[in-house]
Amino acid sequence: MTMNLSRRNALWVGLGGIAAAAFPGLSAAATVEELTAAFTGGAAAGAGGITLTTPEIAENGNTVPVEVDAPGAVAILLLAAGNPEPAVATFTFGPAAGSQRAATRIRLAKTQDVIAMAKMADGSIVQAQATVKVTIGGCGG
Amino acid sequence: MITRREFLQASVAASAILGISGFGNWSKLAAQQALTEDQLLAFEDFGNVTLVHVTDIHAQLKPIWFREPEWNIGVGDAKGKPPHVVGRDFIEMFKLTPASPEAYALTYEDFTALGKTYGRMGGMDRVARVVKSIRAARPEALILDGGDTWHGSMSSFLTKGQDMVNVMNALGVEAMTSHWEWTYGTERVKEIVETQLKFPFLGANIFDAEWDEPAFEPYTIFERGGVRIAVIGQAFPYMPIANPKWMFPEYSFGIREERMQEMVDEVRAEGVDLVVCLSHNGFDVDRKMAGRVKGIDVILTGHTHDAIPEPVLVGETILIASGSHGKFVSRVDLDVRDGRMMGFRHKLIPIFADVITPDADMAAMIETERAPFKEQMEEKIGTTESLLYRRGNFQGTWDDLICDAIRSERDAQIAMSPGVRWGASLMPGDAITREDIHNVTSMTYGACYRTEMTGETLRTILEDVADNLFNPDPYYQQGGDMVRVGGLGFSIDVTQEIGKRIGNLTLTDTGEAIDAAKSYTVAGWASVNEGTEGPQIWDVVEAHIRKLGTVKVEPRDSVTVTGI
Repeated sequence: MTMNLSRRNALWVGLGGIAAAAFPGLSAAATVEELTAAFTGGAAAGAGGITLTTPEIAENGNTVPVEVDAPGAVAILLLAAGNPEPAVATFTFGPAAGSQRAATRIRLAKTQDVIAMAKMADGSIVQAQATVKVTIGGCGG
Repeated sequence: MITRREFLQASVAASAILGISGFGNWSKLAAQQALTEDQLLAFEDFGNVTLVHVTDIHAQLKPIWFREPEWNIGVGDAKGKPPHVVGRDFIEMFKLTPASPEAYALTYEDFTALGKTYGRMGGMDRVARVVKSIRAARPEALILDGGDTWHGSMSSFLTKGQDMVNVMNALGVEAMTSHWEWTYGTERVKEIVETQLKFPFLGANIFDAEWDEPAFEPYTIFERGGVRIAVIGQAFPYMPIANPKWMFPEYSFGIREERMQEMVDEVRAEGVDLVVCLSHNGFDVDRKMAGRVKGIDVILTGHTHDAIPEPVLVGETILIASGSHGKFVSRVDLDVRDGRMMGFRHKLIPIFADVITPDADMAAMIETERAPFKEQMEEKIGTTESLLYRRGNFQGTWDDLICDAIRSERDAQIAMSPGVRWGASLMPGDAITREDIHNVTSMTYGACYRTEMTGETLRTILEDVADNLFNPDPYYQQGGDMVRVGGLGFSIDVTQEIGKRIGNLTLTDTGEAIDAAKSYTVAGWASVNEGTEGPQIWDVVEAHIRKLGTVKVEPRDSVTVTGI
C-alpha cells in the first residue's frame, strides 16, 4: 500500500478542472459512440481476426503498452473508453504494408476498457477490447 | 491399456498427503510417538522423472511456527475450490483426521494446542535432509525453487540475500524464478545472478521496460533419465505495481500469457518430452493460465503460499502448491513416455522439525551464515501471551500488534500494515526476539511514514487493495491479502465490484464515522514510493514491545466481512 496518490489526485483534479473550464460553445471530447460510428459508418463489428494485447494491470498508467494486430486491415482505430478524450489513434495501412500491426504506448486515466477496431478491405469491421486496470499498487504479498 | 485420463484420476486418488502412510485414526499422542522420519519420507518410486519443488521460503533458515489461514476467500470461479478452503472444510475435503499431524500442518484449527504436540516446522537443514533422501532414491531428481527465497529474515536483509543464495546453492537447486528478490534492486540481483548463483534465474515474463523485449533467460532444458524436460520460469507478474518499481526500473513484468504460449510452443517444437512451468503467478492466476495456455504438463505454483495436499488438475495440466516458509517440500514423480506425461505420483512432504533429522552439513552452514548476527538476532525484546500470526485475508494478531506499535510510536489516529502473506507465527508464552520482529517486517523499503489522508483517500485505498484480492478475474489479482488497519473499522462485501465493497468506515477509538472530506493522521510502512521517510518499521515495533514487556492481543472485530 502506498500513501502517495499524487498522480491519481492530479488526474481527479484535472478532470474537475476540465469540467469547470467547459465553456458553453466549446465542443466536448468526442464520445466512444461518435468515434465508433464515424469509423464504422454504422457497420456492426464482428469478433475474430483482430488481436489486442495489453497488460491486465498497468505498471505505469501514464505509458501503457498496447499492440493491435489485424491481418488484412486497411485501418485500425484505438480507443481508451474511460479517458477524458477517448480517441487514441487511427492507423491506416496502404496496399504495400507488410503487416497490419500497430504498437504504441497510451496514457490511461483510470481502470477502463481499451477498444480496438479494424476496418477490412471489404468494409467489414472487427473489434476486440480488454480491460486495463490502473491501481494504486503496493501490498504485494 | 489404461487411458491417460483414467490414469491421472487414479493417480490423484493415490496421491493424498500421507494418505497412504496411514496416519488415519490414531490419537494425537500415538501419532506423535509414531511420527517417524521414515514415514514422512516414504515414497514408492514411480515413473522416470522426479521433480522436487520448494517455494516462498522467505529466507527462513530455522524451523518456525506458521499458522495457515483462517480466511482465504475465493471469488468467481475459484469460490469453494482449493486453496480457498480452510479449517474444518479443508479437513473434510482432503479426508484428513482432525488434530492429526497433517491437519496441524495444513489448517489453523487448534493451532496452539496442536503446536505443543507436533512442534515447529521447516528449517533448511531439514529440507536439505529431505532433498538428499529424494536424491538418494532418484539421483536425477530435478530441484526447483519458485522464488521469494532471498527475502524475509534479518540475516537475509543484512546480507542482501547472500545467506539464502549460499544455502540454495548448497541445497543443489537447479533453477529458480523470482519476486521479492527484486527488492534488493537491479544491481544486486544482477550481481547474484551473474556471479553467485550456480543455476539459472528464469523469467519468461521479465522484459526490458524501454524496448519491451525479453531480458532474462525464459527457460532451461534438462536431460534426465533420457527425458528432455523444459522448465519455463514465470516471475511474479505484478512486480512494479506491488513492490517499488524504482528499485528495478529497467524491467517490466506482467502475465504475458501469449509469451508463455510462445515459449511452450518453442520448447515443444524443439522436441522436449515434458514442459514444466516454475511459476510465481499465484495459484488462481496459474489455474486460469493452465486453462488458456496449451501444452504445459506441470505448473509448480508459488506466491500465494498455499499448501494443497493433492495436485489440482486443469485439463491435462497438474498444479502443485507447496506452501511456504520451508514448511513443505513437494515431490512429484512422473511417468513420461513418447513425449507425453502419462501419469504422476505426488506427495506434499511436511517438514516436521522435531521428526526430520537436520542434515549436518546444512546445519553447520546455517550456523555459519547466522554467526555474524546471532547475538543481535536472538536478543529478547519481550514476551507474548497471545498467539501472534499474520496469514489470512484480513487482520491477524501480528498486524494488530504492529498497528498498535505504529499508532503509539508515530502518534497517528490510523495505522496501515501491508497485506503480505509472509511472516512466521509465535506461540503464547514465546519470547519475542529481534529476529522474530524482522520475520514479520523485514524489507528494503520499511520506512514507517506518517502523513495525513482524507476519509475519501482512505476509502480509495481500501477499495483498491480489496479489488486486488477479490476481483473475480484472477488476472487482476495481485496475490496479497487485505491491507491491515489499526484505529479504523470497516465492512467489506467481497461480492461487490470495485468502489462498492467497502462501507461503515469508523474510528474505532471513538466509534465516530469517517468523514470523506476530513483529514486524519495515518502512519504505515512498505510504501512503494521512492523517498518515503520515517524510522524503520522493525525499530518502531521493537520500541513498542519493549515498553509493553509482555504482549497480549485480544481478537478484534473491527472488520466485518460479508458475501462469503
